[in-house]
Amino acid sequence: MNVRAVAGLSILLALLLAAPLLLGGYWLSVLILVLYFAYVGQAWNIMMGFAGQLSLGHALYAGLGGYVAAGLYTHYGIGPWMGVFAAVGAAVAAGAIVGYLGFRFSLAGVYFALLTIAFGEFTRIGFDNWDWAGGSGGMFLKVERGVSDLANLRGGTVMFYYVILAMAAGAFLLCRYLLESRLGRYWLAIREDAEAAQAVGVPVLWCKMLAVTLSAALTALAGVWNAFYYNNLFPETAFAVGRSIEMTLSPIIGGLGTLFGPFVGAVVLTGLGELFTDLSDQFHVSGLKQIFYGLALLIIVMYRPAGIWPWIATRLGFEEKRK
Amino acid sequence: MSGARLELAGLGKTFRGLRAVHDVSFAVPAGAIHALIGPNGAGKTTIFNMVAGVYAPTAGSVSLDGRVISGLRPDRVCAAGVGRTFQIVKPFKGLSVLENVTVGALHRRSAPADARKHAETILERLGLHDRRHQLAENLTLPDRKRLEVARALATEPKLLLLDEVMAGLRPTEVDVMVAFLRTLNAETGLTILLIEHVMRAVMALAAQVTVVSYGEKIAEGTPAEIARNQAVLDVYLGHEEPA
Repeated sequence: MNVRAVAGLSILLALLLAAPLLLGGYWLSVLILVLYFAYVGQAWNIMMGFAGQLSLGHALYAGLGGYVAAGLYTHYGIGPWMGVFAAVGAAVAAGAIVGYLGFRFSLAGVYFALLTIAFGEFTRIGFDNWDWAGGSGGMFLKVERGVSDLANLRGGTVMFYYVILAMAAGAFLLCRYLLESRLGRYWLAIREDAEAAQAVGVPVLWCKMLAVTLSAALTALAGVWNAFYYNNLFPETAFAVGRSIEMTLSPIIGGLGTLFGPFVGAVVLTGLGELFTDLSDQFHVSGLKQIFYGLALLIIVMYRPAGIWPWIATRLGFEEKRK
Repeated sequence: MSGARLELAGLGKTFRGLRAVHDVSFAVPAGAIHALIGPNGAGKTTIFNMVAGVYAPTAGSVSLDGRVISGLRPDRVCAAGVGRTFQIVKPFKGLSVLENVTVGALHRRSAPADARKHAETILERLGLHDRRHQLAENLTLPDRKRLEVARALATEPKLLLLDEVMAGLRPTEVDVMVAFLRTLNAETGLTILLIEHVMRAVMALAAQVTVVSYGEKIAEGTPAEIARNQAVLDVYLGHEEPA
């Protein structure tokens, strides 16, 4: 990073910190969505962008995390800051199972993606029939108005905004550290050519397992946050394939394997997506947002397959252009 | 860095009933340069892949300094001290030349800064230093071949396996690569086993040559002996049926 990048980043961080003072409730909730998608995009990017393993079942980890933490809270009164450990544990276990089955038996590319979808789907069916989790009727957290209880994650929009901001910033810093680390270099090597990576001593299976479990753990945190923010969980939405696909869009559009890609993608998708939701309402045409998502994906894949961020970064002089 | 003794004993590999390699034995003393030659499809690369851990042999063993390494995973074989190149080059295309070699260097140097420095010195020796910030996918074939060697060397091996690194090089480039390998071998005592079709390189480098045909060893000797060996000539040139 050069001076311009550091300056840009500082201004961005200052604006984000001051956002609750500057924005009204509606735009703050949009910004919350942006940060949520930036965060889960960052988590998913570890698997696909860094290690090159396509997961289309990340809703599994978010859903499990959310259900475990929400269940512990509603049934036993165990707060989310404790519950999060169990939530992460559950997601890591699920990620380890999916990863081991996929990687040990060399399911590559689309076949691995199908495996991840399958696990999400049968977890959804399982939760549909699990009474402890409320079955298909869903699980609800008690809504307490006018409370601001960070210890139990009960509070208003501003509190949830700062929590997701901290998570997004933390995930960014973690990924930045990982990319520079030995493990991060090994992931990139595996992404580019696993056989060549193994020949220079990279323990491929182990590195892939670390990618899937770490990605699952981070995604579970998003699930916990999501459950306490919306106060409800339904198997039909928490484990939906659509939820998984949503998580992949920000990094794909913003720039796979880049640090800023998930954030830039989330700004573009959610920001413009909300605009289209408004237009939908105004002109009484439904589904404009979905059409926009489809078009955005199409345009990016065709004209900027590396994503928006690498293109912006070189234009603004944040990164040196590669020959 | 110093060389290790490589020994192949009764090595065999069968793919679903197809006998690719049968009872191949030879030894390469520590610090020697040894060539493995033979017609296309003779099983040379299969032998390499068994040494490198890609395939587990169905018979026999490979040992390095007396320690059996056959059957280990490729990354464990690398840890044991074997570096290899691929006949069909496999650069990490989306990474820079320097990043490619740094991945190899990280194997024995866990600190990225240290690995990077080591990678730079190797790139300098192979004449790729000017191109270190280019993406590997933008390199020409001769440069990609050199990158393969650089990445393998970065793992600080005791045995270097070179699978046709001269193929596709112009004669002057072959001479440069030969000179580099000879210097490397002389300075570090690194053991080198090479598969090669470019006889100019084999003759210039190898102390001993093993010839395989149809998966079996048919001759072994110095390059001069091999050039006069009737069985080898028959395999390469065909032999005349008596009229």
